[in-house]
Amino acid sequence: MTSTSHTKPNSDTENDTVKSSPSNSGGMRLVVPLQGVVQGRGGLILGSLIPCALFYFLQFYLKRHRPKPSACNPPSPSTSSPNLAELHRSSSRLNLTTRSSVGRVFLSSRASVVAAPNDSPYYIGMDRFRADPYNELDNPDGVIDLGIAENRLSLDLMEKWISSNLNVSTLGGVGDGLNINGILTYQPFDGLTELKVALAGFMSQVMGEKVSFDPSRMVLMSGATPAIEVLCFCLADHGNALLVPTPYYPGFDRDIRWRTGIDLIPVHCRSSDAFMVDIAALDQAFSQARKRGQKVRGILISNPSNPVGNILSREMLHSVLDFAREKNIHVISDEIFAGSNYGGEEFVSVAEILDEEDADRDRVHIIYGLSKDLSVPGFRLGVLYSFNENVLEASKKLTRFCSASAPTQSLLVAMLSDTGFIKYYMRTNRERLRKVFDLFVAGLEQLGIKCMNSSAGLYCWVNMSKFICPYNEKGELELWEKLLNVAKINMTPGSACHCIEPGWFRCCFSTLAEKDIPLVMERIRKVVERS
Amino acid sequence: MEFISRNNQKQQLLSKIATNDGHGENSAYFDGWKAYANDPFHLTDNPNGVIQMGLAENQLCFDLIQEWVVNNPKASICTAEGAEDFQEIAIFQDYHGLPEFRQAVARFMEKVRGDRVTFDPNRIVMSGGATGAHEMLAFCLADPGDAFLVPTPYYPGFDRDLRWRTGVQLFPVVCESSNDFKVTRKALEEAYEKAQESNIKIKGLLINNPSNPLGTLLDKDTLRDIVTFINSKNIHLVCDEIYASTVFDQPRFISVSEVVDEMIGCNQDLIHIVYSLSKDLGFPGFRVGIVYSYNDTVVDIARKMSSFGLVSTQTQHLLASMLSDEIFIEKFIAESSERLGKRQGMFTKGLAQVGISTLKSNAGLFFWMDLRRLLKEPTFDAELELWRIIIHEVKLNVSPGVSFHCSEPGWFRVCFANMDDETMRTALRRIRNFVLQTKGLNNKVAVLKKQCSRSKLQISLSFRRLDDFMNSPANSPMNSPLVRT
Repeated sequence: MTSTSHTKPNSDTENDTVKSSPSNSGGMRLVVPLQGVVQGRGGLILGSLIPCALFYFLQFYLKRHRPKPSACNPPSPSTSSPNLAELHRSSSRLNLTTRSSVGRVFLSSRASVVAAPNDSPYYIGMDRFRADPYNELDNPDGVIDLGIAENRLSLDLMEKWISSNLNVSTLGGVGDGLNINGILTYQPFDGLTELKVALAGFMSQVMGEKVSFDPSRMVLMSGATPAIEVLCFCLADHGNALLVPTPYYPGFDRDIRWRTGIDLIPVHCRSSDAFMVDIAALDQAFSQARKRGQKVRGILISNPSNPVGNILSREMLHSVLDFAREKNIHVISDEIFAGSNYGGEEFVSVAEILDEEDADRDRVHIIYGLSKDLSVPGFRLGVLYSFNENVLEASKKLTRFCSASAPTQSLLVAMLSDTGFIKYYMRTNRERLRKVFDLFVAGLEQLGIKCMNSSAGLYCWVNMSKFICPYNEKGELELWEKLLNVAKINMTPGSACHCIEPGWFRCCFSTLAEKDIPLVMERIRKVVERS
Repeated sequence: MEFISRNNQKQQLLSKIATNDGHGENSAYFDGWKAYANDPFHLTDNPNGVIQMGLAENQLCFDLIQEWVVNNPKASICTAEGAEDFQEIAIFQDYHGLPEFRQAVARFMEKVRGDRVTFDPNRIVMSGGATGAHEMLAFCLADPGDAFLVPTPYYPGFDRDLRWRTGVQLFPVVCESSNDFKVTRKALEEAYEKAQESNIKIKGLLINNPSNPLGTLLDKDTLRDIVTFINSKNIHLVCDEIYASTVFDQPRFISVSEVVDEMIGCNQDLIHIVYSLSKDLGFPGFRVGIVYSYNDTVVDIARKMSSFGLVSTQTQHLLASMLSDEIFIEKFIAESSERLGKRQGMFTKGLAQVGISTLKSNAGLFFWMDLRRLLKEPTFDAELELWRIIIHEVKLNVSPGVSFHCSEPGWFRVCFANMDDETMRTALRRIRNFVLQTKGLNNKVAVLKKQCSRSKLQISLSFRRLDDFMNSPANSPMNSPLVRT
């Protein structure tokens, strides 16, 4: 699939810390010592070194067979929906110099990575949907999006609450009147204290009232996306790595790697373990990283997990913490779906574990946000919660690059402070999620499609392996394309989430109204019946 | 021992970026802020506190904004009238931004430039304030170790915004008071040469127009020279036009966009504008930063990177509405200009009356004050000494020129738009009193010196009098937070 003239002239600019070797010029150099081994010269060392080297090159080659971006056709600024076929076509393009050139203009090497046309199905699907969105009346043949984890089920509750409760003085109240100075001027970059207090209460409520959160340990930012980037900038240097159990949220590949230069090492989980993280696998990945001289600075877990929808057990959290302590690394717990817990299973935050353990809190950090549980992704509110004073201090200074907007903070304070409403909202939202989830899973069952047991999140982890042929990533991507082009359904294939087993797809059901489900199933049926 | 080694272990748990000084908050610029934070002025509660004159914030037209928001409840969403838009706005997270927002921003930028240029809404990219915009462009245009040329004096925040996480450097283009700190082709070429000699790769030039801290505008010839220069070296031009609408007097503001349109042979792919609503409209709390690039690839990259600093859709919606209210905006721009001009005039005239000159400027939320004659000696140490007196004796947080990398000691930036009239009068009174007192003392010292040199008496006595003034117990430098640093 990859071009044979695959070269990397400026390899120092890549994220991979493994040294690459131009495979074409390496050929001769390998043959000669091999001769020596065969003829009894060169000996055991070369005899074991060379196959090992070849093995590593093979691993490396396979790992990187996904085509590298080329910068010769920069997309126009107004339409960023790339040609789907580029997924395959770009693999036949030569890898150009990593400095992208437009005319004679040079951009940075970081820029060239970002400039590349989307090659992840996660983003390509998103673009396709945006270019041709389904609308019952205006565009009934458009793409139905099951790719973005958005919750549209309960926004009406908020709208109703706002219209009966708020007025313009919410923006900055002084008694009954508006005093807008409060939101116009420079605010503390790490967020309004009132909002931190309100969020501490909200997070506690969301996580079952079993743990309390301290507002002074919070740093607010314009989304969980900048929050996790800022945290990573604080915990790791360029070239360091984080261990991430797979499958994982495709956005991490951008959010964490793009500008920090930090690498993500996938730690594969299997369906036989319900895709739960395995400590032995973590250990192995850590050791392998060490062997190649790569420093692991932390482990990133999502709880509830994305894309599978598992809730990590207490024991598992203890094990992860023990592992981190043993290796002296950080634990980042992305708990952004904690409140979207429709399954009724108890959610345990890593904060709760720390309450029990009372040890080594400095290595634990939580990422949260309001985009999922409160359905307000547009408002851009992310939380970094850390037990580490130094991390808090450093990240507070970094928030000036990504602060939350003051009027929005005021609105959220008002909303979150109405704890009665919030309780009602969270309960109703969970019920609605459950309902749609049940209908969705039942619909898939009727098509003979099973889902992994899940209890939280806005998606289900669907097993389409019996419909893919061949049983590998290629087969999976072919099914994905068919679903996108023929069925006009955008769902995220497991390979975009680095899942080691082909055939799994993440389907977000919370963008759907109940009445849309039969249509979705009908479209899926058309494709799978043919397979 | 175990405690120390555990601490070390903990420190090692953090990255270089988290533990280095890249945040710049240990510089003099921020020391004044700390002094202010410890003892903030309040007209009634703390009339002897430190007056903040180091923050370039525009508070002069809040009343106009307030009036508009109250009269347009639908725009804020968090009202009964606006609630019906809530669902679509809250769920919208496309990093392209609301189309109406981009259109309104483009239109506003055109208006501010007197409708002499057009801006394409599709080139508008959001960022986390101008702070985020600068960092984003640095990430796009330069690699770690590369440098941007920046004319001095420049906004201290650039040291952090362009360098901290990006690893990019700043290389100064020295401008001098002899020609009012104008940017000359000669200075640009010299700086470029110097950088080449030191093996530093220059990737771009960063200019501020209107200038912070000078408050002056670039004229058309200078802009043309700059554009010619960057074209000849094939480097990028990042034009920070964040103060574009704070112009309160002639000559009018000329944007780089006007020059770029006119110059044939200019490679537009090198031109990028940073903008924000924090200064012109006085909304720093809203966190609206804008990157406008003439380079398609940069727009694409910046847009993807904008995920790290998107503007809240509620804010986008509010601003789309406000900025499209053409009648309001025209009135606002005119009124804001007038109030800024009036305020600046009061200060500069008041200072002139006591013999303090300021650089002639017609824009910005500050002026560049010349205190060279008050320095003990023409050094930066003397400047910092004088500055400490101003902070702790006169109780004004003004910003010393050294923190702006000014090549000559004795200049201070004074912000005037972040206070009400009464505070302004208090500030002016304090400066005038200080100047007159210092002049009086200096005269006494000068007289004593003359006497001493004639009669060969010890001079130390007269210095002691000066020291007594400066070291009065209440305001001893030993109490200064600066002593810590």
